[in-house]
Order: sequence, then C-alpha cells, then structure tokens
Amino acid sequence: MTTRQGEQPGHVAAEAIARRSYGKLVAFLAARTRDVAAAEDALSDAFAAALAEWPAHGTPRRPEAWLLAVARRKAIDAARRRHTCDAAATDLRLMAEEIEGRMTNASEIPDERLSLMFACAHPAIDASIRAPLILQTILGFDAATIASAFLVAPATMSQRLVRAKQKIAIAGIPFRTPERADLPERLDAVLEAIYATFTEGWSDPVGTEAKRRNLAEEGIWLGRLVASLLPDEPEALGLLALMLYAEARRAARRDAQGDYVPLEEQDTAVWDAALITEAETLLRAASMKGALGRYQLEAAIQSAHVVRRLAGRSDWDAITQLYDALFALTRSPVVAVNRAIAIAETRGPAAGLAELDALHAHRQLAAYQPYWAARAGLLARSGAAAEADRAYELAIGLESDPAVRGFLERRREAIWAR
Amino acid sequence: MKYMLLIYGDEEKMRAIPKEDASKMLPAYFAYTEALKKAGILLSSDRLQFTSNATTIRIRDGKTNVVNGPYAEAKEQLAGYYLIDVPDMDSALSWASRCPGASSGTVEVRPVWVMQ
Repeated sequence: MTTRQGEQPGHVAAEAIARRSYGKLVAFLAARTRDVAAAEDALSDAFAAALAEWPAHGTPRRPEAWLLAVARRKAIDAARRRHTCDAAATDLRLMAEEIEGRMTNASEIPDERLSLMFACAHPAIDASIRAPLILQTILGFDAATIASAFLVAPATMSQRLVRAKQKIAIAGIPFRTPERADLPERLDAVLEAIYATFTEGWSDPVGTEAKRRNLAEEGIWLGRLVASLLPDEPEALGLLALMLYAEARRAARRDAQGDYVPLEEQDTAVWDAALITEAETLLRAASMKGALGRYQLEAAIQSAHVVRRLAGRSDWDAITQLYDALFALTRSPVVAVNRAIAIAETRGPAAGLAELDALHAHRQLAAYQPYWAARAGLLARSGAAAEADRAYELAIGLESDPAVRGFLERRREAIWAR
Repeated sequence: MKYMLLIYGDEEKMRAIPKEDASKMLPAYFAYTEALKKAGILLSSDRLQFTSNATTIRIRDGKTNVVNGPYAEAKEQLAGYYLIDVPDMDSALSWASRCPGASSGTVEVRPVWVMQ
C-alpha cells in the first residue's frame, strides 16, 4: 500500500482512487462492527488487487463496488480456511452484501469517514497516535510508511496502531459526530491530527522525500474532506485556509541553488496565486460565522503576510494584533516568539527583544531554534554583535535542516560584515 | 457495554476534613447514585474503607507473603466504584464527569472484560 518513487503515473492514479474508496468502505464497515482492524483486513487484499489490476485494465466505473466484491470474496475464503464461524467475518460478509445490494440500486454508500475520524481522534485515544490512526484507517497507509513520516520505529508504530484500534473496539468508542456541546473540543482534536499530518509533510521543504511531501497533500485532502462535511464549522474552514496559504508558498521556500529563503524575502511571483485566492475565500467564509478560533487566527496571520504580493510589505500591525489574540487564546510560548518578532517590526528591535526576554521562564524555548534565531536577528539589528553571534551559534546547533542551517550561518557571518 | 468507574482520592485529605464537612459530601454521592438508578444503568456500587485497613497477599514460589497495607503506595487511593451499563465510551465519560469524585479526586473509566 505504499507509493514508491519511480512508479508509473497510471499506478499513482489508481492508488489515489483506491485510497479514497478504501476509506469510505473501512468507515462504513467499522462504524457497524466497531472493529476497525477486521474492516481493514477485509479490504486490504482488495486494495492490493486494485493496485495490481487497475493500472493495466483501467479504473472500474464503480471503484467502491469493485473493492467490495473482491473484499467479500476474500472474507469468505478466509472464513472457509479457518473453518470457524467467526462472528466478525459473518458480520462483515452480511454488511458487504447489504452495501452491494444498495449499490446495484444506484445509490451511493453513505460517507461515514467523519465518524471514523471522530473515533480515531477521541479523547480516550492517545493524542500522538490520532494522526497516524487517521492516515491508516481513512487513507490506507501502512504502518511502515506512517512510521517513516513521523520518525518512529516501524515496529513501535505498528504496535501502537494495533493497540489504538483494539481500544476503539474494547472501550466502546462511538463512531459518530459528537453532540453540539462537545463538538468544538472534539473537532479540535480531529483538526489537530489533520494539521499534524500536514506539518509532518511540510517539514520536508524541498520535497526530496516523496513520502513526506505526500503527507502534506494528504493533510490538505483530509482538510478538504472535513470542510466539505462540516461546512458550517469555521475552524474546519480556517484550518484548510491555513494549510493552503502554506502550500501556496512551498516552491518559494528555496531559491534556484536550493538555499533556504525566509518568508519576508520570498519571491511573491513564485507563490501559487490560485491557492491563495482559495484560502482567502475560505477565511472570509469562516469569519462570517462569528466564532473565532486558533486556525482562523493563524490563517489570518498568513493572509496579512501575503498582502506583500500587492502592497509590497506585510501588514505588521495586523500581524501583531492577530498574534496578541492568538497568544491570549493559546498561551503558547511558540506563539509568543512570533509575536515578539511582529512587535520588533512595528516598534523596533529593542521592543521585540524585551518581549523575548519576558519568555525566559519557558524552559522548552531553550531548545527551540526559532527562539534563538529570532533573538539573534534582533540582537544583530540592535548592534549587539557578540551576543547575536552566540545566539546564532545556538540556533545553528539546534537546526536539523541543512538548508536552514546554511541560511543561519550566512546571517551569522553577516553580523561582522556590518 | 459495562464500565467500571473507579474513584481515586487523597485519603490523607479526606481524613483531615472535619466530620461535619465530610458528611456534607454524602448527599452529592446519594444524588448521583439515585440518578444512575433512575437512568437504569447502575449495576452495583460501593465505597471502600481506607487503605490502612487493607491487607495484601502474594504467593511466590509456594511461599505466602501477607503484608499490611495497600498494593501500591500512591498519592491517591481507590476509594470506591460504580459499575454501570451504558451504550458506549462517550456515555460512560459523561456519567463519570458527573460523579462527585471527579471534582474532588480522579475517576478512571475502565471497560469490563466480557467473558465469552
């Protein structure tokens, strides 16, 4: 179930279609049995068969019916081999027949992927496994692919996925959209998992690692799915807008030599105008609903940055105010660092440094590269060369991406050239 | 599905509460128990004596070892339980959140292992 580099375009297209159908069928089956693993087992052989046949013979007119027919055949075979009257296998077979019956009546199977996502991102499921679980159940990624994207050992990831699925079954975690009162908090968990998927993909900037770049695309795809299924939830729209703003700038993050280019210095002509327009439309629609949230604020900050396309300069006043609001909401020290950078743009480097100094108590910032890079930049602008040099050294030591390291090294050298 | 709501609390704090204040907590538990009964989901419930009244037994290599005190020394101790029957985890969590023990201590929600 893995996309390997160098595969035929026909295979990639078939895989994309199979993946979409796969998630819908897993959701439909799992929502009825609560047994995600059994639903996956029933469909995984069918999925593999689709990847073998569709590229050669073309995608069937009804991919879901095709997958289901194969899954049913395999389930019956498996039950025969075991010579048992496995209740789960019987359930699945009966349901497969029910769905097939519906499909011949030309009606679509109901889309219950949202319910499955709410089960995967349930508060009873460990937060760190929610995104991997969604990738596996909704999109059919295998544990090894997910493990490499999230930098976890494959055996560990595999075991944690199995345990999480067992917990869904044993603890009776429901498959449904939560009640109105619980929806904002529970939706937040789903959105967080989707955003984690996107940012895992985002952290491979040049896209040399196909698996990671793919994850950013899958994050956007999941974001689109949730936004289409919950069009009245402003945060669902806000998250999609946020991801699209970021995606629009992907190509501009590196120059022709492959060197890192910071947001303020990116060539706006390289930004994807269509994606930005789509993001702006989504953000406007979200803001009309009158319920502000984290993702809308972060998307609005992106929007204030991309005005540079037309105005020649980011709207730093707006950015500062938005970071104020975001900090009031999240109390996150990471947000506070960005807020300090914005304050330096509106009130000068000394004011920005004072804000960074105030964050001294947050120990986790000591190992946070952007904190030291921000500090170094503001110190250099204030003429504190020696202190700036030390801060850049720390920032460089904390960075894993060689392109960003190279950028910080050039900035560090530039202090002494002033 | 059957779930056990396990109520954990700090016994030292409980002991330190004057008797008349401690008795004020009881009506909240009575009301909660009544609500569970009315909803038709309560299977059983009990309050447990303090862990200083507990005795622990282990048999290893044929040797029996009886020790005074609880299984594990912890900041919060098991103080009681409710065994309920509800449709799913969300329902169990919603009932657990209403338990007075969730405000004064911690309530653990454990699905019951069903023997086939």
